[in-house]
Amino acid sequence: MIKRILPPLASGTLFGAGLALGGMTDPARVRGFLDLFGDWDPTLAFVMGGAVIVMALAWRFQPRMAAPLFAEKFALPNRTELTPRLIGGAALFGIGWGVAGLCPGPGVAALVIEPASAAIFVVAMLAGMGLVRLIEGA
Amino acid sequence: MTLPGFPEAAPLAGLGGGILIGLAAALMLLGAGRIAGVSGIAARATGLSSGGMSGSSAWMFLLGLPLGALVVVMLSGGLEASFANPWVLAIAGLLVGIGTRLGSGCTSGHGVCGVSRLSQRSIVATLTFMAAGIATVAAMNAAGLEVLP
Repeated sequence: MIKRILPPLASGTLFGAGLALGGMTDPARVRGFLDLFGDWDPTLAFVMGGAVIVMALAWRFQPRMAAPLFAEKFALPNRTELTPRLIGGAALFGIGWGVAGLCPGPGVAALVIEPASAAIFVVAMLAGMGLVRLIEGA
Repeated sequence: MTLPGFPEAAPLAGLGGGILIGLAAALMLLGAGRIAGVSGIAARATGLSSGGMSGSSAWMFLLGLPLGALVVVMLSGGLEASFANPWVLAIAGLLVGIGTRLGSGCTSGHGVCGVSRLSQRSIVATLTFMAAGIATVAAMNAAGLEVLP
């Protein structure tokens, strides 16, 4: 029980702390990074850089482990093909990200910073996800 | 610390935050054997997708996000944040929700976990959403649309 609940809770908590510390729960900071041709704020590049470097080390370590520490096996994505769906979806996501300066992680984390605003974003995001599921009949 | 030429930037806080996010994703990978992709986890928790981690694990991760942010708010004595109005947030949320399902991920799954794994799909997705975000902000600025107070 503890083995199942604690790792995702600890991971989420570290993740949320990192988002808040890095300023990602402030849409103005995120839009500042996307404002490349205006008043550019490079902070998000440092957030991405720090996260990618640590995670790259984890990826080097992962193949040497027979199994994860608290689970039976690794269950990782293995798709490699580039599809119009992937690119179109990423483009739509990027437009939404640029419009309000929020993506899923900061949206959920910001529920304790600006509850009403973050809740509108998160509910609309879930509605968008539900719409895709509805249309695809999955 | 400030960056010459960028008085608003917070490089050290950004790097520190990024390292925490990297540790979080590493813990998910090496501890639970899974990708810390927030959009997929949110869809899993709410029953909008069925693959991936268990529903209870997904809820625990999601619960942790505001919990971790709250710790930083309490330690720092408050964080700056300015949000767009409800209509803008709703439109943006819809686009983000649709886009992450079609594109199989967001800034965390593709941008952090996939790019660091040198996944071709994730690198293309990340370049695409960054370019779309930059173009969107540039277009809104050109049109005089100011969404943040």
